Amino acid sequence: MIINHPLLGPRDAVEFTYLGDASLIDRPDWQADSAAQDFYSYLYLRDNPAGEHRELWFHEAGDRSWLVVTRNTVTHEITRVEMARDVARARGRGI
Amino acid sequence: MRYSGFRLIKEALTGHTGWTPVWRDASPQPRYDIVIIGGGGHGLATAYYLAKEFGQKRIAVLEKAWVGGGNVGRNTTIIRSNYLLDGNEPFYEFSLKLWEGLEQDLNYNAMISQRGILNLIHSDAQRDAFIRRGNAMILNGADAELLSVAQIRALYPFLNFDNARFPIKGGLAQHRAGTARHDAVAWGYARGADSCGVDIIQNCEVTGFRIEDGQCRGVETTRGFIAADKVGCAVAGSSGRLMAKAEMRLPIESHVLQAFVSEGLKPVMPGVITFGARHFYCIQSDKGGLVFGGDIDGYNSYAQRGNLDMVEDICEAGMALMPALGRARLLRMWGGIVDMSMDGSPIIDRTHIDGLYFNGGWCYGGFKATPASGYAFAHLLATDSPHPTAAAYRFDRFERAE
Repeated sequence: MIINHPLLGPRDAVEFTYLGDASLIDRPDWQADSAAQDFYSYLYLRDNPAGEHRELWFHEAGDRSWLVVTRNTVTHEITRVEMARDVARARGRGI
Repeated sequence: MRYSGFRLIKEALTGHTGWTPVWRDASPQPRYDIVIIGGGGHGLATAYYLAKEFGQKRIAVLEKAWVGGGNVGRNTTIIRSNYLLDGNEPFYEFSLKLWEGLEQDLNYNAMISQRGILNLIHSDAQRDAFIRRGNAMILNGADAELLSVAQIRALYPFLNFDNARFPIKGGLAQHRAGTARHDAVAWGYARGADSCGVDIIQNCEVTGFRIEDGQCRGVETTRGFIAADKVGCAVAGSSGRLMAKAEMRLPIESHVLQAFVSEGLKPVMPGVITFGARHFYCIQSDKGGLVFGGDIDGYNSYAQRGNLDMVEDICEAGMALMPALGRARLLRMWGGIVDMSMDGSPIIDRTHIDGLYFNGGWCYGGFKATPASGYAFAHLLATDSPHPTAAAYRFDRFERAE
């Protein structure tokens, strides 16, 4: 797989490590009344779709940036690559 | 029809005209007591033990394609019970004991070969860990033996014993471990279940669950609605997709695991070996091919094929352990989809929906578990209580942080 890094261009996926579903950006509020249940869902439960999947990749052997990669889990086709920082800020996180 | 040497001779002398199909091609009935989704090893074993050991009637196995066409036909055939933890070892040892009696029980040749497994040791710390594991195995009624380098040299003289980074310092052997013909396991269980009256319905994909007031009433399929008092799901590699139809999210990610087989060679490997320093294991099939594999690719996938960087990684590890592997030509490589649970252990449990039961999350180790998984799932479906050896495989262990 080739990941088209927004800053560095096309890079082999072997340079990256994989974390998982991009919903991991949405870390729950640890002070909420429902925190225990929220963190159980956040840590353990996954949509695990067959098809389009937004996921977090870390450019460990490169510029060490986090990316949000939109990839099809049935075909491995990558259709979109974003900086995770931009995705997180757009969701009001990482301030 | 019972199989025997006498029967084989009789058929050989009469032109092999007396053989009958191994199981009926059943059509779905409108209602069953128990419906099992998934005509693989675990689903068929579940149906077999439900009928034979737990006296259940009116059972159907629904398979979206053909019997044995999923992960039971894509694994690398190893059976063993060399686990450490109390929640695991009794279950896998129960499974190995069922394997040992399986062919007589099913009256079917599954080519079970107890040629032994050897986990190689490369450091003093690893030896300590494997001694502890071996003791845990023995305490749970399994067999384990620590082998010296001299003993291993006699069995596997071609290994790279003096590798500068990963010298071989010993090994933990389980002599009762080995291999089984994976397809024949599915066929044998299918035949056994069929002979107990189970309907095995192929080309019948489940498209949804009918759930009313928190109770599962049956399944919608490509061959119409099938009512059932209880529905058991055993669909390794498709667990997330199937349970999403019941609006369940699972503690599971589906990944691709690759496997490889070389051209046929003369017998060189007496048993199964695993490399203790990298992800690599190898066996020789009865046809002579070196069957080997390693780690999962490491990203979500339903593609049943992996990427070349993992091929390189596994072949590097293989070359480090047994350099002669480099002279063998690769015949085939393939990928299978493994449902990776969040703690590496499986789930055999009820769901929050009454009448809906789940068996899955076997990671890359489901094949060896086939008999015990079927037995334990049948126990759960028949009695609504977990089998003693599978009591730790609950959904709620994550929520309760066990």
